[in-house]
Amino acid sequence: MTAKAHPGRDALRAKGWLAASKWLLLRRAAQFGFLGLFLLGPWAGIWIVEGTLISSDTLDVLPLSDPYALLQSLAAGQVPAPAALIGGAVVLAVYAVIGGRVYCSWVCPINVVTDAAHWLRGRLDLPKGWQPKRSTRFWVLAMTLAVSAATGVLAWELVNPITLLHRGLLFGLGFAWTVVAAVFLFDLLVSRQGWCGHLCPVGAFYGLVGRVSLLRVKAARRRDCDDCMDCFAVCPEPQVISPALKGAPQGLGPVILSPDCTNCGRCIDVCSRDVFRFAARFSQAEEGAPAREEGKAAA
Amino acid sequence: MSGMNERMKSSLASRRRVLADALRGACGAGVAGLLLGLLAVQGRSRPAEALRPPGALPEADFLGACVRCGLCVRDCPYDTLRLAEPGEAVTLGTPYFVAREVPCEMCEDIPCLAACPTGALDPGLEKIEDARMGVAVLVGQETCLNLLGLRCDVCYRVCPLIDEAITLEREHNAHTGAHARFVPTVHSDACTGCGKCERACVLEAAAIKVLPRHLALGELGHHYRLGWEEKEKQGESLVPGVIDLPDRVPESLPEWTP
Repeated sequence: MTAKAHPGRDALRAKGWLAASKWLLLRRAAQFGFLGLFLLGPWAGIWIVEGTLISSDTLDVLPLSDPYALLQSLAAGQVPAPAALIGGAVVLAVYAVIGGRVYCSWVCPINVVTDAAHWLRGRLDLPKGWQPKRSTRFWVLAMTLAVSAATGVLAWELVNPITLLHRGLLFGLGFAWTVVAAVFLFDLLVSRQGWCGHLCPVGAFYGLVGRVSLLRVKAARRRDCDDCMDCFAVCPEPQVISPALKGAPQGLGPVILSPDCTNCGRCIDVCSRDVFRFAARFSQAEEGAPAREEGKAAA
Repeated sequence: MSGMNERMKSSLASRRRVLADALRGACGAGVAGLLLGLLAVQGRSRPAEALRPPGALPEADFLGACVRCGLCVRDCPYDTLRLAEPGEAVTLGTPYFVAREVPCEMCEDIPCLAACPTGALDPGLEKIEDARMGVAVLVGQETCLNLLGLRCDVCYRVCPLIDEAITLEREHNAHTGAHARFVPTVHSDACTGCGKCERACVLEAAAIKVLPRHLALGELGHHYRLGWEEKEKQGESLVPGVIDLPDRVPESLPEWTP
């Protein structure tokens, strides 16, 4: 229990603060960096990126569009113009390679909010609360497309907290903060990791995009695992770890293949034995001392 | 045999569980979808003073085509456009402007439209003069200074399509009996709905307002023909000669002598 209240303490001791926080720091830098690129225009008059996460224009050469928004548009019976389709294709291609849910953990501004809720929840030692099936988000995804088709309106964009927050920061927050606060309180008091891990259809969509992505987290030194459970404690989608980390007896490879994995890299940080690292999908080679496993089996 | 039964039972139980989970997910999402659908349908009713940018598709298509990215707002050089925030009556995140606050300056290169990545602002609109964001209507029939007999003329002067979209029509001023009134008259075939007239109206509340065209304009029955137009097309009257119909007087009427 104490290990769960302060996951990563062993890693801090073993590797030092910087090495035990590397991916978290990089991730925060990316999240605020992307946001900063957007904010430079309206706040400082430096127009590198125009628009919002849902569709943007970088230096008048790179159009990017959110394929999920375009899908809603298609469901609503409208065919987006070529500029948006090209932007959507670029985004799809990138995430198909680096992992769809990289969007969730490296770009999405709501992730900072729900991570904060998760951190505070740990500090306050609150119960898990309501835990709907993780597959609920796929039902929500299907629902948003169905409502778009039925009403001719981009349905999720009526409530999407991601674009609400992002647009709010860029164009004026208005009441958008109430929705963001609602997500925070929901994750804090109602449901542990409820929003990003169980309900958000954007995450569900990007999970599907990255089903066969190349970049993956790999439990390369899984033989060195000392069962401290810290990786499970920090992982936003803990169900993805077991097959890779503990699946050797069933003949499962060390690469985390679940599309739910957000490639956040937090497991790499908190592991005091450096079990995890980023790797290509097809790399199956294991590292570390094989003797340990034999010793364990004998014991 | 009993082992088989057990296995069947457990597979049945697991199938039931999967089905129950799916049903629960579908029902939960369905309830949320109903609420979302209500929100979507209510969002369709846009307030009359909220005007869409030039080239915007008809509202029903626009709400499905616009992805609420804000690029049109960014490229508007006059900060005319803004995105609907939560709590406003306009569908969340969609661009609009209020003529009385900041009207459309009718840029020749239509930068807002050029910025739109989705085609929600129709790239088919090549000339800003062909934009139809709404239509100006002189609603203040009791307050317009020109109708009161003064020469305000401001709406007419500021109109980017002066003498096409707004003209001043001279008519007798019955109030004084001796003067003329110069009535600002909007021509819907030329008015783009830019809103400069509404912005410039000197009254406390504008006497001339840009309204959505479907609210402001009447529409003739499609079978109607205007006699004078038909006559022009034909080159002569459609009915040759003067028709003299017999005078009819009810028989019960007493004889009338002047």
